[in-house]
Amino acid sequence: MDRRSPAFTVFVYAMALLLALVILAPMAWLFIMSISPAADLSARPLRWWPEEPDFSRYRALFSLAQNSIGAGFISALWNSLRVAGMATIAAIALAVPAAWASSRVPRVGWSLGLVVASYMLPPVALSVPLYMGLAHFGMLNNVFGLAIVYLTILAPFTTWLLRSGFDLIPKEIEAAAAIDGARLDQALRIVVLPLMAPVIATAALFAFLLAWDEFFYALLFTSNEQAKTITVALADLAGGRVSDYGLIAAAGVVAALPPVLIGLVMQRALISGLTAGGVKG
Amino acid sequence: MTSTRLTTRGWLMMLPLLAVMVLVIGWPFVQTVHYSFTDARLAGTGGTYVGLHNYQRVVNSPAFWSSFRLTAEFALISVTIELVLGVAAALLLNQELVGRNVLRGLMILPWALPTVVNGTLWRLIYNPEYGALNAALSQLGLIESYRSWLGEPGTALAALIVADAWKNFPLVALIALAALQAVPRDIRTAAMVDGAGAWARFRFIFVPYLVGPLTVAIVLRLIEAFKVFDIIWIMTRGGPANSTRSLSILVYQEAFSFQRAGTGSSLALIVTLIVMLLALAYAGIMRRSAGGGI
Repeated sequence: MDRRSPAFTVFVYAMALLLALVILAPMAWLFIMSISPAADLSARPLRWWPEEPDFSRYRALFSLAQNSIGAGFISALWNSLRVAGMATIAAIALAVPAAWASSRVPRVGWSLGLVVASYMLPPVALSVPLYMGLAHFGMLNNVFGLAIVYLTILAPFTTWLLRSGFDLIPKEIEAAAAIDGARLDQALRIVVLPLMAPVIATAALFAFLLAWDEFFYALLFTSNEQAKTITVALADLAGGRVSDYGLIAAAGVVAALPPVLIGLVMQRALISGLTAGGVKG
Repeated sequence: MTSTRLTTRGWLMMLPLLAVMVLVIGWPFVQTVHYSFTDARLAGTGGTYVGLHNYQRVVNSPAFWSSFRLTAEFALISVTIELVLGVAAALLLNQELVGRNVLRGLMILPWALPTVVNGTLWRLIYNPEYGALNAALSQLGLIESYRSWLGEPGTALAALIVADAWKNFPLVALIALAALQAVPRDIRTAAMVDGAGAWARFRFIFVPYLVGPLTVAIVLRLIEAFKVFDIIWIMTRGGPANSTRSLSILVYQEAFSFQRAGTGSSLALIVTLIVMLLALAYAGIMRRSAGGGI
């Protein structure tokens, strides 16, 4: 851009450095804590960098020994993976046809407004009946029950994203396929869905991320290793009697890894999604 | 294809989603409305109709009003900070800068960090005995003795707001940056040629492009902030002395800790009403700027 005075250039770089520091320092500290020996973390003055990096917390978190911290942690990771995976697959399966209909069929479109509006409902407005309903069917503390509950968040969200994807594909493509003799289902399967594949993949990754991060419902509806997800397990660790802060930090690093990787992979989709209005809070 | 046949097909494709939504959202919501007029307990006992009694209890309780004020404070202050820092960061990233793309990539990280991890991270930073904040401030000579940032009513809310704003301002920055990059280069150049200063360029060229997208982002963030539960639960559980007990935490305590499903439901519906008002504002803005490239 245009001419800049040297002083202004220095200012811009100083600010950029500050911004990078503000963003990175807290996350870097989480990782440093996770590899600092307990003695370093409780030293005064605090030791900001471990003399000897200590990876023992990661070994402890992934130890398979019975009744160890690792056993609970691994089961929480596995539960999160199952719940988020199931909820994502179910949400996409519901959202693809619904998004197509709301994009292509004028008289159906309005019902999507209702679905999207429901996304604004605070979870506390549904939590009591959902709790009682799950209790009634014996599905409290159950990964399937939690996955069904997660549809309240994932299904409206993915339908909304997919609908804007369908809107970008010209109707004429379907009409052309029909003229060539394709039935509607064939036209969708052979022509439209392949074009939609990137959008569907993006929606699925976002949905997975939302489910992985969810905490409120998981806190209410799960109680032990059978169904507890990673967010609840981390909250237990952080709020519990664990005195080794490095262990809590290591658990946080592991819990953050999948969503952060997804975020980095999806940078471009995220930034274009932001301008299209697909904002996650 | 005739339009009736098309409509029938449309409904058939919509049906599975609508059925599931009725089951997991519609029905529970109606039940919440129902419970809000009864003395139902979480265990399933009770359930006698009590009219508006629960609502009266909520509106007359000081706990509700203190939570309401606190939630509004939390939402307004964090979203304002996010707006200011977000726009500042976007203006910076809109400059020509070696490593700009790397910096923009970094902005994704706080957004992608799960809220529970973010809360845990800041809880460790604020730790009264071993936390990094105390260590840094005392090594710099800014404080004499370690403080319990989350343990004192005077600082707990501010500490929460910092943690929340840190996670969310990069998102606002990315939205603002996308808006700034939509400003045509000719317009900027023309303004420079005409001798417009930095402030004039910001006010008359960038701001008009920022208003639409940012208003949407801000209303959505306000809705999210009003529903806040996770980060507070992780960091303070509403304490100390209820100084960070947000409305959602209050509902949780009422309905689940004290098992009063009736009052909990009426409280939840009052929260819903507030969120819905914000959502209506959002819908109004969307409609007014429809086609404005949000």
